[in-house]
Amino acid sequence: MEPAGLRVALRIWVVLVLLALFTPIVLIMVYAFGPSVVQVWPLRGFTWHWFAVAWQDQAVRQAFLLSVKVGLVVAGIALVLGSAVSYALHNFRFFGAEGISLLLVLPLALPGVITGVALNNLFYFANIPLGVLTIVIGHVTFCIVIVYNNLIARLRRTPRSLGEASADLGARGWQTQLYVMLPQVATALVSGALLAFALSFDEVIVTVFTAGANPTLPLWIFGQLRQGQQLPEVNAVVTVVILLTIIPVLLAARIAGAGAVSRTARAPAVEEAGRP
Amino acid sequence: MSVTTPAGAATAAPAGAGRPGPWSRVSALLWRRPWARATLLLTPPLAWFLLIYIASLAVLLITAFWTINPYTTNIERAWNLSNFTNLLGTPAYRQIILRTVGMAAGVTVIDAIVAIPFAYYMARIARPRTRTFLFVCVLLPLWASYLAKVFAWLLIFTHDGVLNWTLGKIGIGPLNLIYTNTAVFIVFCYIWLPYMVIPVYAAMERIPASQIEASQDLGGRTLRTVRSVILPLALPGIVAGSIFTFSLTLGDYITPTLIGGGNSTLIGNVIDSNVVYNLPLAAAMATVPIAIMACYLLAARALGAFREI
Repeated sequence: MEPAGLRVALRIWVVLVLLALFTPIVLIMVYAFGPSVVQVWPLRGFTWHWFAVAWQDQAVRQAFLLSVKVGLVVAGIALVLGSAVSYALHNFRFFGAEGISLLLVLPLALPGVITGVALNNLFYFANIPLGVLTIVIGHVTFCIVIVYNNLIARLRRTPRSLGEASADLGARGWQTQLYVMLPQVATALVSGALLAFALSFDEVIVTVFTAGANPTLPLWIFGQLRQGQQLPEVNAVVTVVILLTIIPVLLAARIAGAGAVSRTARAPAVEEAGRP
Repeated sequence: MSVTTPAGAATAAPAGAGRPGPWSRVSALLWRRPWARATLLLTPPLAWFLLIYIASLAVLLITAFWTINPYTTNIERAWNLSNFTNLLGTPAYRQIILRTVGMAAGVTVIDAIVAIPFAYYMARIARPRTRTFLFVCVLLPLWASYLAKVFAWLLIFTHDGVLNWTLGKIGIGPLNLIYTNTAVFIVFCYIWLPYMVIPVYAAMERIPASQIEASQDLGGRTLRTVRSVILPLALPGIVAGSIFTFSLTLGDYITPTLIGGGNSTLIGNVIDSNVVYNLPLAAAMATVPIAIMACYLLAARALGAFREI
């Protein structure tokens, strides 16, 4: 048991950190409703005007649609490839398995700019023009590990006896997989795909190098911020983007437990604690 | 590649298989040969990683040893070390490398100092309900749009921004933090903090209560228990978190561009600005973070941090 003084100090620390974490995010959303063209604090009124401006902006619309399209395709491919590698690593023991799991983490452990410039360089020498395809290739590379982490954690928690019972009762291999194992891991698959979408939808560091002349929504935002143009409109767009990335993550947390959404550590044990 | 199922050897095809059609014959074939199943599953993802990711890293390393013709800006495929001598011989580049590594190390230390008490509270003091609440509170800023967070800090630090307004109210004069290294440093600490909190929490949460009780039974007071039991057992988590804070800082060029203006050039900015006109130089610069992270990952592996990533 910690002494009371330490507990109080820690509690204050936690509140301060939470304040620091949330102040900027709340602030940017508040700014989106400010009427002024020049961004000064405090705001001088309240308006929905910038949301209307963003809604009617063709460039924003196209960038948004491209980001959604890329996110969906990336989530689909990452789901297939990530599930395949999770099943293989979970069900078979072979030389090099540890190397493969290290390989999967590498795009997250190496700085994003490296992945970006390496892919850009490869596409240049392979004569592949930069476009939607190259954006998808870049995103899938670092989204596979998200699906993999989610699924392998679930597979490890699923008792082997379930599959064995199914086989004893006469099910074929594929029947066991489809009727017994799939329902066990379905939520992990869905949450993995949702997180892959969220990660892809928000990615900018790698995308700068793989997009060519096709701006995704983050690239449009980055371009405006860099030139300091149309900042109030950017505020409105960014507010919508925050909500759009948070929603799939909250859905995934709701479906598969908060521990599945951690992005870094392998599913810490909060989900058991979170269930009533 | 020798493959065995952990549950035992491959058993015979399941009973009750009637007249075998082509599909069930394939199914039975795969069932009897685990290596065939493993190969089928592993080929597509491994091909993706080897043909795209590893191949691109390999080509990048090769490109670093090529040069660019200054007149035609074509890449000349002649092996030499001129990019590296240029990078290491130019004081400005040396300074950028040192600044980047220093900043990455500083951000990692600050994030660890902020995260460890927070994670300790989450793992050891908070009730389950509060713990889940705090976890979600760390997750939301983690997933909220990266550019939105950088933009928010731009609005905080800017001359007529929130910070100077607040400081004016308290009576401390305005601070011109925007476009400084300090501002970039603060933003990095903020953006990567959740990447440190979560692995540290995960490691602390796994420490068995019995080990802490044993320390207390042996007369260890709180601080002694933290220092001699909790911190050593949480170390893999701290190292895992540091991989992210260090690597993410090392490879970022967007925060330095937007928050640092022209005053805070990091390795990522050099890569970014050379990628169009001097790809070999960008590639050579990219080998610096790769080499640093390779050493870092090897050290982290020795400390057992890989299970935490």
